[in-house]
This record gives sequence, structure tokens and C-alpha cells, in this order.
Amino acid sequence: MSDTILEAPATGDQPVVFDNPVDEVTAALKERFTEFVADDTRPGYGGLVVSADKIVEVAEALRDDLGFNYLSSVTGVDLIEEDKMEVVYHAYSIDKGGDAMVLKVQVDRDNPVVPSLTPTYPGADFQEREAWDLLGIRFEGHPDLRRILTWDGFHGHPLRKDWKEPFFEEEAKPFGSRWPAGEVFRAEEKNVYGKNVQYPEGWAPSGAEYEAETDSYAGITYSRESTPGLKTEKVTVNMGPQHPSTHGVFRMALTLDGETIVGLKPVMGYLHRNHEKIGERNTFIQNIPYTDRLDYISSMSNNLGYVLGVEKLMEAEVPERAEWIRILMAELTRISNHLWALGFLLNDMGALQTPMIYYYIERELILDLFEATAGSRMMCNYMRFGGVAYDLPDQVRDQPVMDFLHDLVYDRLPRVLHQGDELVTGNEIVRARGIGYGYLSAEDAIAFSAAGPLLRASGVPYDVRRANPYSYYEHLDFDVAVRYNGDIYDRYLIRIDEMQQSLRILEQVLPHLKATEGASIIGSKPQYALRMPNAGEAYGRVENPKGELGYYMTAKRRSANPERYHVRAPSFINLTALEKMCMGHKVADVVAILGSIDIVLGEVDR
Amino acid sequence: MTTTPNGNGATSEIEVPDELANSVVITSIAKLLDPIYNWSRRNSLWPLGFGLACCAIEMICTAASRFDISRFGMEVFRASPRQADLMIVSGTVTKKMAPIIVRLYNQMAEPRYVLSMGACASGGGPFKEGYNVVDGIDKFLPVDVYVPGCPPTPQALVNGLIAMQEKIDQQSIATAPWYRKSDPGADLLPVPLLGPDLVDVRQLDLIRKEAAAANERIEAEAAAVEASA
Ligand code: SF4
Repeated sequence: MSDTILEAPATGDQPVVFDNPVDEVTAALKERFTEFVADDTRPGYGGLVVSADKIVEVAEALRDDLGFNYLSSVTGVDLIEEDKMEVVYHAYSIDKGGDAMVLKVQVDRDNPVVPSLTPTYPGADFQEREAWDLLGIRFEGHPDLRRILTWDGFHGHPLRKDWKEPFFEEEAKPFGSRWPAGEVFRAEEKNVYGKNVQYPEGWAPSGAEYEAETDSYAGITYSRESTPGLKTEKVTVNMGPQHPSTHGVFRMALTLDGETIVGLKPVMGYLHRNHEKIGERNTFIQNIPYTDRLDYISSMSNNLGYVLGVEKLMEAEVPERAEWIRILMAELTRISNHLWALGFLLNDMGALQTPMIYYYIERELILDLFEATAGSRMMCNYMRFGGVAYDLPDQVRDQPVMDFLHDLVYDRLPRVLHQGDELVTGNEIVRARGIGYGYLSAEDAIAFSAAGPLLRASGVPYDVRRANPYSYYEHLDFDVAVRYNGDIYDRYLIRIDEMQQSLRILEQVLPHLKATEGASIIGSKPQYALRMPNAGEAYGRVENPKGELGYYMTAKRRSANPERYHVRAPSFINLTALEKMCMGHKVADVVAILGSIDIVLGEVDR
Repeated sequence: MTTTPNGNGATSEIEVPDELANSVVITSIAKLLDPIYNWSRRNSLWPLGFGLACCAIEMICTAASRFDISRFGMEVFRASPRQADLMIVSGTVTKKMAPIIVRLYNQMAEPRYVLSMGACASGGGPFKEGYNVVDGIDKFLPVDVYVPGCPPTPQALVNGLIAMQEKIDQQSIATAPWYRKSDPGADLLPVPLLGPDLVDVRQLDLIRKEAAAANERIEAEAAAVEASA
């Protein structure tokens, strides 16, 4: 690292960089559950393999006694060669930060049954349903184990390694038909139906049992129990997937008592684009543009999380300038995302479009920089393993790029934040609709594995950039934004705080960009035909604007494609807490509460 | 005698005295009204406020401050299909979503138009090989304009909308399908079903035929095994 790194000011207020507490906990678990836990001895793998019937006890010990109270990610893995199914858990300590405690459970592939962790960590709810849906792992004790991304009646579990999609060509890319032979054909021509469909052999529809109308509403139950005292009936209302306030194709089934919410079930999967199945067929580098399309408002930082994960696998070095550019892009993405989110949140609260229009005109500046740098406004496909794809452009909007950035960071963005703050923050309606609504306590936020602004607005100062720093964040001076009331209004405020902190980071980054001008932006390894030097697993995570975005991947030695590729999507997991936050409020508040979580469907459904 | 083609392409034969030939034009109601209809329709296309995926973000940007879609009279995004004229299919159509999109289309009042925005809506795009993705909305809906791109920039979308306007300019009330039918429900498109996979009801017979063939094959195989045993 060169001398352009600023010395971190050595005052007492500075946050501490934590020592890694994982080793200590691993030792404690081994001592306590001697016969039931063992090191994962496969080369390149880590963590503990726990026997299935003890996982609940181990998880409880981890949560209650050892301080790893945040179950971030649950991943199902199909180990077809060993004839096993594996569930991988990543747990973190909110207080101590640091790396993940990785637990694994391996069960028989033909009858994969794992005790559910949902009663211990409610945040596992949707993730376990996802593993059931896509891999067919049955979680015993799960309160509501139904399909979540596909629909009831879908045939098979698509992420199993022996399940093939209708347009299946080969196990892994590059497909022989494209390279080197180059005999491209249209997949439709090879399908009898001319479409992307397949049916189980011998399946004949009668046409009558599949009524579209009833089918769309399947899974929603109408309850007619009357409430004591008043003669009212609860009624179930459907909201979405085509609804102006569900931010895309999200759908909720609400049970109402009068206008009050007494039950809420999110229904998702309307944008399930099979990111992981496609990702496991892709080569490593082919996945980068797909990550753009996860949280499509923050493509740059999606890229970053993914390349960090792969860099762990391939042990790549990143040149200094590339790191600064990465931080520049990631923080600008955060600002652009939050401007977007606030515009929509205010829209949902009744400030129809006006704040949005004010925010977006400045967001366009950031998009112009992205377009000039990476070639696209939204789908940047910019990060590479060991660096970034291109250096900063010479000019943006007819201005030299450094001048443009200077203007952006010191003038335009602070101005729009200030303006928005002045016009909206004190607004009576915003306060009336925001304060006290959609409350989520700190304990619940942790239990539901909430991440990002949702977690921090509930008074939990957990930020991956600080708790488990990546890139150069440990050298940067910024505060972890935190608010304590856990309501809509605080979630509004915290996004402004975060943008301000991002500006603070950007101010520190600009001198480095100037100082490293012309330096190399990518490591020496060629990007094409990239193969993993060693077998192993890796988990790359970043603090995305919406929360912790994690990529879990495993690879075989010398392989060009990931074996398992899983995304821990913050929007998806944050929705677990939605029901809790909405209970007892009115229908109109659901819209604002959903807006305050800030979801994006590309990431919820993947 | 002057022969003037009317809006239907047929010719009418009416005698016009020579001294009036310069001041009389023989035309049809359609020809007179078409420009007015088309002018008003093309300049107030109300899109359905309906975002599917990433492309929807660019659609919103098109509607927002910088690109300002209201220059074309299209800023009125309607949340209800009943009030909308134009469906912008802005993103990946998944199998789970396809029945709902077709239903929304059926609910729109005529005249109605469909613009397929982006690679996904037009042909599956980067996600075409996915098991839950419909390889192009035109498998289920009639599409008027395709806009390529992933995502199309706002400029590209505006270009697509202008193409749509040009298409509307070509229409005539005499030939437009929605003024010609006797049965108002005739145009409703069949809504696909969710079975073990997406079922296009127009293909039910084909699916049954395939199933019968597969069953026969299975039986034949079983019989062969029995015979050899
Ligand atoms: S075409 Fe591209 S940008 Fe549009 S929905 Fe598909 S993936 Fe997203």
C-alpha cells in the first residue's frame, strides 16, 4: 500500500477494528459438543460440520452463550457426488463484528430432512423455504414450509444438480454450440412446444383443473371467524403483483379486521429469474453482468460483492487505484440508491412525485458518470477480478472527470441533500405518517436478520464496512449511521445520514484518485478463461445500499464455473420482518412501511 | 366523372360536374375522422403504470425530470388497466407472472397497444435459458413495437414511443379491429395456466398428444421388459 493512504486519526473516538472472534467460538463449540461437531476437512473449506439432530442446540448455544446472534445466510447445497445435501449457515456476532461462524449440516440426498432454525432465528424463515423450493430440503419444524419462488405444483426442485431446464444445452458454459464451433441455433426450434416449457413425461392436462383465476389466488385463505364483541368479519385482500406501490411485482396477502392489519403474507417469485441456476452454468466472469441485474439500482456494488468473493477463491491482488475507484463507485451507488429510495418512500407517503423529480435530476449526474466510465447507465458490468474494467474517463458532461467529481461531491450532491432535508424532513405529513409507524425493535431486527438501513434505524450500529472491512474501508474515516426509534421516519432519516457519510468518504477518496492517476487498474491475471487455482468455498459480502449482500460460492480445483453459487439478498431477507412491522397498522401504512424497507424485486426474487 | 378511392380502398362512383371538380372532394367518414382520431390518440397514450424488472427503472427515468415523457402526452401512468391505452412490458416476464400480464391486457380497454421494452420482454434476454422465464411476451400478446436494449436507454424508449405514434398514424377506424367485431369478448386472449410448468391453453391438444405418445412409449418399454423376463 502506498503512502497515499491517509493516516487514520488516532483519537479515542475511532471505532476499533475487531479481532476475529471465530476461532475462539469454534474451540468453545468443539469442547461443548465434542461428538457432534467436526471441522470441515475438505481442502479449501472451513467451518464446522454439525450433526443434523444437534443443529438446533448448537444454534441456540451460539446465539445465547457465544454472542453469534445474527444468522445472516442459509444456503442449501447439492453435493451430488457425495450423495448428500448440505445446508450452510453463516452467523455473525453483532457486537464483535469479524468473520462468519460457518456451520454445515449434511444429510442424505434422497431424504434430506434438517431441523428448522426458524424458531431460533426467525430470519431463517424465507431462506429455508427457498432451500425447500429450489433444492427440496425439508426443514422439520418450520411453521410454513411452502414453495416461495416457484409456485405450488411446479415440477421438481430446480437447483438440484440433476434437474434440467427446458432450454438445457450443456452442464457448463461455454457451450459447444457457441464456441469453438459457433453453430448457434434458436433454443425454441429444439422444443416441441416452441417455448421455454417442459412437462413431466406423460403429464396430460385436462384443462379444467387449472383455472387461471383460482390459480393466481392459490395460497391465500379467506378467514371468516368473527371477532368477539363486534360482529365483524376478517377479510383477506390481495395486493399486487400489479400494484403501483409494491415497487415492482411484489405481492402481499393481507388479512384485515376493518382497516387494521391482522395478518400479512408476502408472496414472491414473480420476478424469479433463476439467477443461481444460470450462475452455476456460467463461467465466473460471465456472472458479473448477471449480478448487475440483482439489485438493478446498485449494480456497481453488486459487482463489488461478487468479485470480492471470487478474489478470495483465486487469491487475487487488487492495485491501489482500482480499490479507490471501487470505493468511489460503491459510494456513489449508495447515494444514487438512497435518492431513489427516498423518492419512492415519499411517493408512498403521499408526496406524489415531486420530491422524486428533485432527487432524480441529481441522480442522473451519477448515472452519467457511470455511463461515461462503464458504458451503461444502470448495468455497469464494471468490476473485474483483481481490479476494474476501465479507468475513469477523461471527460464527463464535457468536464474533466476530476472537476466533475469535485463538483458532484462538494456542490451538487450536498445541495440536493440539503434541499430535500429542508423541504421534507420537517414536513408535517411526513412526520405524522412516519413517526411511530412500522416499529421494529433492535432485538427483532437482529432476530429477523434484517440488514442495512433497516437494521441500523432500529438502533443496531452494524455495518459490514466497519464490522468486517473490505477494500480500503478500514483506512477511511466515517461514522456508522444509526438511529434508535426503528420507525418509518428514522428509516427516512438514516438514509440521509448515510448519504452524508458517503459524501464524507468520497471527499477522502478524491485526493487518492488524483494521486494515483494513470496507475494500473487491474491485476496481471487475464480475465478470460479464468480457472480457480484451488478447490474451496468463499463468501464475499459487502454493505450494499439495501443491506448485507453476500455471495457464497464453491468451486472445484481448475474449474471455470462455480459449483454452487448462492446470493444472500438483503431485500429478500428484510421482508421477513414485514409482517411484524405491519401488524396493527392500517392498510395505507403498509405501503409506507414497505417503502421504508426499500426492496428491489430483482434481488428479492433473483 | 371522377373516381375517388375511399377509406376502405374501394372506389365510389359519383358524378361531379366539371365546373365543381376543383372545389369538391369525394371522401369517406373514415378518411375525415382518421386524422382527428389518430392525432388525439397518439398524443395522449396513457401507459399502464406497471414495472416488471430493471427496465422499469429506465421507464421511470423516462417519465422523470430529465427525459420528461409528458412532452408526448404520455406522463399519465395509470395504475388501473381499465384506464390505460398502452402496456409497456418493461422487463423479464416470468412464468409465474405471465398469466397476470395476459389478464391485465384483457382488462385494458381498446384501442390498446403493447410496447415490449428490452431484451427480456422481447425474447427472454439474458435470462432466456432460465426455467422460470418466458422467452418473449409475444408468445402470449400481440406486440406493436419492440425496443431493443438491456435496458434500453430513456432515449431508446422515447424513440420506441415515437415509432408507436407513427404506427397509430397509419390506423384507420374503418380497418381497426376493435371497431369491426360483433362479439366484444372475441378478442380476449387465452390466459395461460400454471401447471407443472406454464401451460399455453392453445397448446393443450399438443401437450395431450405428447403425453399419450410418452405413455405409449413407457408401456412399450415395460412390456419389453416383461417379455424379456
Ligand atoms: S432487458 Fe435487461 S434491463 Fe431489461 S429487464 Fe431484462 S435484464 Fe433487466
